[in-house]
Amino acid sequence: MGKTVIEKIIQAHTADEVAPGKIVWMDLDIRSARDFGGPNVVKNYEREYAGLPLAEKARTFFTFDLCAPACTLKYADNQQVCRDFARKNGVEVFDVDSGVGTHVLMEEGLARANGTVVGTDSHMNILGALGTFGQGMGDVDITFAFRTGRTWFEVPESVKVILKGTFRKPTSAKDLTLYLLKALGTKKIALRSAEFTGPAVAGLSLAGRLTLCSMVTEMAGIIGFIPECGAEARGEIGRYAKAAFSPLAPDPDAGYAETIEVDVQDLPPQVAAPPSPTNVRPAAELRGTKIDSGFIGSCTNGRFEDFAEAARLLKGRKVKKGIMLKIVPATRRVYEELLAKGILQQLFAAGAIVVNPGCGGCAEGHVGLTGKGEVQISTGNRNFAGKQGKGQTYLASPAVVAASCVMGHIAGPEDLT
Amino acid sequence: MNTTSHRGRIWVLTDKSGKLIEDIDTDQIFHNAHLHITEIAEMGPYALGNLEGWKDFPKKAKPGDIIAAGRNFGAGSSRQQAVDCFIALKVGVLLAPSFSSIYFRNAVNSGFPILRCGELDALVTGKTLESGDEVEVDFLSGRGLNLTKSSAFTVEPMSAVQRDIFREGNLFAFGRSFSR
Repeated sequence: MGKTVIEKIIQAHTADEVAPGKIVWMDLDIRSARDFGGPNVVKNYEREYAGLPLAEKARTFFTFDLCAPACTLKYADNQQVCRDFARKNGVEVFDVDSGVGTHVLMEEGLARANGTVVGTDSHMNILGALGTFGQGMGDVDITFAFRTGRTWFEVPESVKVILKGTFRKPTSAKDLTLYLLKALGTKKIALRSAEFTGPAVAGLSLAGRLTLCSMVTEMAGIIGFIPECGAEARGEIGRYAKAAFSPLAPDPDAGYAETIEVDVQDLPPQVAAPPSPTNVRPAAELRGTKIDSGFIGSCTNGRFEDFAEAARLLKGRKVKKGIMLKIVPATRRVYEELLAKGILQQLFAAGAIVVNPGCGGCAEGHVGLTGKGEVQISTGNRNFAGKQGKGQTYLASPAVVAASCVMGHIAGPEDLT
Repeated sequence: MNTTSHRGRIWVLTDKSGKLIEDIDTDQIFHNAHLHITEIAEMGPYALGNLEGWKDFPKKAKPGDIIAAGRNFGAGSSRQQAVDCFIALKVGVLLAPSFSSIYFRNAVNSGFPILRCGELDALVTGKTLESGDEVEVDFLSGRGLNLTKSSAFTVEPMSAVQRDIFREGNLFAFGRSFSR
């Protein structure tokens, strides 16, 4: 029988036989740790492997994105622990100026198609957008990977998700992703590798591919791949990698545990209401829900086009008085491009709060937290109770967040007059 | 070397209606506000600190207790602390119908006994497993005994890799035990 995408990538990194359910020992091309998890990796390493070299320093990285620059003493200490270890061992640090680690690894050409990348970020599988097997791991796993360059892994089953039909703006990749969260929940692709196919995903931009693949984590999947790739995304990924982009395609006779069809014809904008990313409804059903704040950014919606779309809707309009709109580009490179094209200036003029790159909207270290009673609409990927604070978080596309911040309640672009 | 069976009092993580709580994420297990803590011994008081109805768990738990939770336990972030906080409390075994992949790996690599139990929902619904019951689990045969209710159940036995890591103590010790 032929192999699925995940089986092909793992097979290229192991001498063991690859089949669903088998546990193999596999090579890891890139090993990384963040300012969260990283300090524990250093601590583990110095306890377990004192004086022993890393498997390969050129394949080992730190990425600081959680609390950047440090705004608590504890994070300042923790980041310095990692920096000191990195200097001592000749490891490169993408420091607090860089942005979201997964995006930085992509932009630096380190996360490559058909490669394997691990780090202490549970959204590491976002790299499926590039045809890379990315996987988030805990600090014990990553310490072992730093030292040995390998890990054990249970080959997951694969499931094919066929998206039928197409949709048009203002419906975006985020709306598609939220709709899939509703359709697939946390059970259908749990602990499996998903391959998304169909016209609705084949033509997605790189930003759209990243949006979809980032939230496979919230679907409880191991990773998601999009084997078809349009020319635009292909070009952008190739530029970062400085090599032509060719993701692996599954064999025609590859084995899938299940094939799931989801109809997305004429899909309208979607919103995930608290308390979970799978609690998704059409945005129109929630129209009028009062908000206090908006957030655009995160690994899910922190690319140039996400902010350009918000700026387009905010042009000539103002964020409603009393509403906070927080803007956090994914990386320094995205920030630079937004500056160059005048997008940040437009967002600023509309009343938005523009912040430096990082993992805002998700973790406690960056902006995007909510107080008790506060209602936030966010382009992030999680709205679990208490995740960003005691407030309520709704998940939506950049267009819906921008429109909502103008109106002061959940709204769509069509509500803007 | 760790022993491959455990007996202890079980806590069944149920909601107000008595059903197993599903999709308990790592922010409910060990909130990100405490991620700066790097000493395992200090993590115990925060275990389940953001899970409605169970915030007092660290006060109620005693060493050797067993936890049973609903499916997709440990969803969310990769934080090792979500496992380490139970190690700090000396929890003996963690059972659920399924776990998030990262969470399961973190537990396995730490040598913490984590086992899938497909019939957990049925046991809880049928009231043949309740908080306070004295339970014994064999990690290798998958045999489970509820000594309070005089009933039996099965769990998925440890895989070879999980068993070997567990026997050695953790992934680091296991790594030293073989040369590949």
